[in-house]
Amino acid sequence: MHYQTDSSSWNSYMSQKTNITNGTDPFQHIQEIASQNAVVIFSISSCCMCLSMTRLFCGMGVNPMVYDLDEDPIRGQEMELALMGVLGKSCSPSIVPVVFIGGKLVGGMDRVMASHINGSLVPLLKQAGALWL
Amino acid sequence: MQGFKAAQSPTFDLTTSDMFCQSPFYLRNDEGNLHVTRYEDLGELEQAAAGELHQEGSIYSSTMMKPNIDPFLTNDLPFGVLRTSLGSGEMGSSATCVVDVGCEEQFLNQPGPAKVTGRFSTMVDAGQFMLNNCSISSRMVDVGNVGALGNGNFENWGDSCLADHSHSQQTDTSTDVDTDDKFQFFEERHEPLIVAESREEGKGKYGDQKALRRLAQNREAARKSRLRKKAYVQQLETSRIKLAQLEQELKRVRQQGSLVGHGLSRNQSQNANGNGALAFDMEYARWLEEHQRLINELRTAVNSHLCDNELRVHIDAVMGHYDEIFRLKLIGTKSDVFHMLSGMWKTPAERCFMWLGGFRSSDLLKILGNHVEPLTEPQLIGICSLQQSSQEAEDALTQGLEALQQSLSETLSSNCLGPTGSGNVADYMGQMATAMGQLAMLEIFVHQGDLLRQQTLHQLRRILTIRQAARALLAMSDYMSRLRALSSLWSARPKN
Repeated sequence: MHYQTDSSSWNSYMSQKTNITNGTDPFQHIQEIASQNAVVIFSISSCCMCLSMTRLFCGMGVNPMVYDLDEDPIRGQEMELALMGVLGKSCSPSIVPVVFIGGKLVGGMDRVMASHINGSLVPLLKQAGALWL
Repeated sequence: MQGFKAAQSPTFDLTTSDMFCQSPFYLRNDEGNLHVTRYEDLGELEQAAAGELHQEGSIYSSTMMKPNIDPFLTNDLPFGVLRTSLGSGEMGSSATCVVDVGCEEQFLNQPGPAKVTGRFSTMVDAGQFMLNNCSISSRMVDVGNVGALGNGNFENWGDSCLADHSHSQQTDTSTDVDTDDKFQFFEERHEPLIVAESREEGKGKYGDQKALRRLAQNREAARKSRLRKKAYVQQLETSRIKLAQLEQELKRVRQQGSLVGHGLSRNQSQNANGNGALAFDMEYARWLEEHQRLINELRTAVNSHLCDNELRVHIDAVMGHYDEIFRLKLIGTKSDVFHMLSGMWKTPAERCFMWLGGFRSSDLLKILGNHVEPLTEPQLIGICSLQQSSQEAEDALTQGLEALQQSLSETLSSNCLGPTGSGNVADYMGQMATAMGQLAMLEIFVHQGDLLRQQTLHQLRRILTIRQAARALLAMSDYMSRLRALSSLWSARPKN
């Protein structure tokens, strides 16, 4: 909706960052985690909207990986801030859930739902290998 | 008031003409009623028990003793003046007449029935009232001048019982008839002093007591009714004030509501929620009117078989108007999410089908039915997948909402609730803070529900052709109107 950057600019940003080898760079870390699975949801354990998103993907037959930022005491906050900076929207009450499909940033709940309704989500999932139907 | 002066006992001749005052002395008790039974009291003084006459007597005495008994001050009165006020306390519980010792003496000096004096002496013996110049009884009774104090005097007391007192020849059982002329008349005059009921019953003392009780009850009843009236008037006053306050508040809220509706004012006070709800209700009503107008235009356009381009204009107008309600709902959700969730801005039948503060997007397509037929193959696929994805999104949001409710109830039922009911204040505050955060999540959910509805509408528009879209919009609008009409019919149905 009001993203400063969309997934393409995130990806170009990430490609610029490949030179940085500092593993503690939050963006890098996010990318690393997002690459671990076809569908990665960054969430917070107490967030109910994150639960909704998880149930949405599960209902479609996708098995998402849920990464709770609050379970990483060291870098969780950094990553949260990084996500805020990337997504650029107001974070009330929170920035999460944020979904990466196929390592690429999709966005929050509203973006996911809009893409699901307009039919663009399923092809994306299939492309990422999350769906086989 | 002056203390009672005892022993003012001027000597005087107890002549019939001089003895008694010429002018009737109308005594009023402190409640402004004339109690005739004073006379009756007098007749029964010697039988008066301590308590029985007290009440009556105290009034009697207090009125007797009021300074306005000027007639007694005149020199016409043979007896000394009862000008001092005897507090009822002074009178005590005994018979209340003031008996003048001197009078007694006078009586004693007279050749007369010992009984009469005996009566007075009894009164004296009762002992708790002070004696003054002359007996009230004698004052009350116009023994001397029958003509002067006729029946009318007694009638002036307002008691019809005494109207025919003069005809009464009944004597008090305790009194002997005085053979002496003076006292005979006095005796006769005593007749009316006897309680009228005793005359009827023949048992003077009991009748007197009954009358006294009756009078006392009357007084009580009068007092109680006065108190009740006072309380009622006070109640009316407070209700009036409350009504004025309510009217003022209503006016104020209406003004604020119209201001918010025009986007002029927004405040964080308690009224904000009320204003948010009120403002949304007003905006929604306005939106509904405009929606009906646009739908009617579309219907006319469809019925007149206009070309697609012209239809498109109408369709875009309706769709744009739908976007407007979603924008308004976003504002309404931010100002009062519970009002949006409650659906009180909808009619009851619509509310029945409500989900997350609005219509169910998965129902939308069921409503269309076969209004949009014929559908091409891609259209059919598109409609089906739209149905499925809206259903999935709805389910996901519903599950998230249930989880939110669960966590909210867990938050509120945490260990702060103990058998004693008291907990750490810090725990309580923390609990509330968590719950507040969870409630804030509710706004997000309602917003997502509205977004889902909006997305579904737009996707539908994209799938369908112009004509199909026109028919779809009309069908949807008709469905909603029928629900609203059903609500009106239901609420207006005769209830048995």
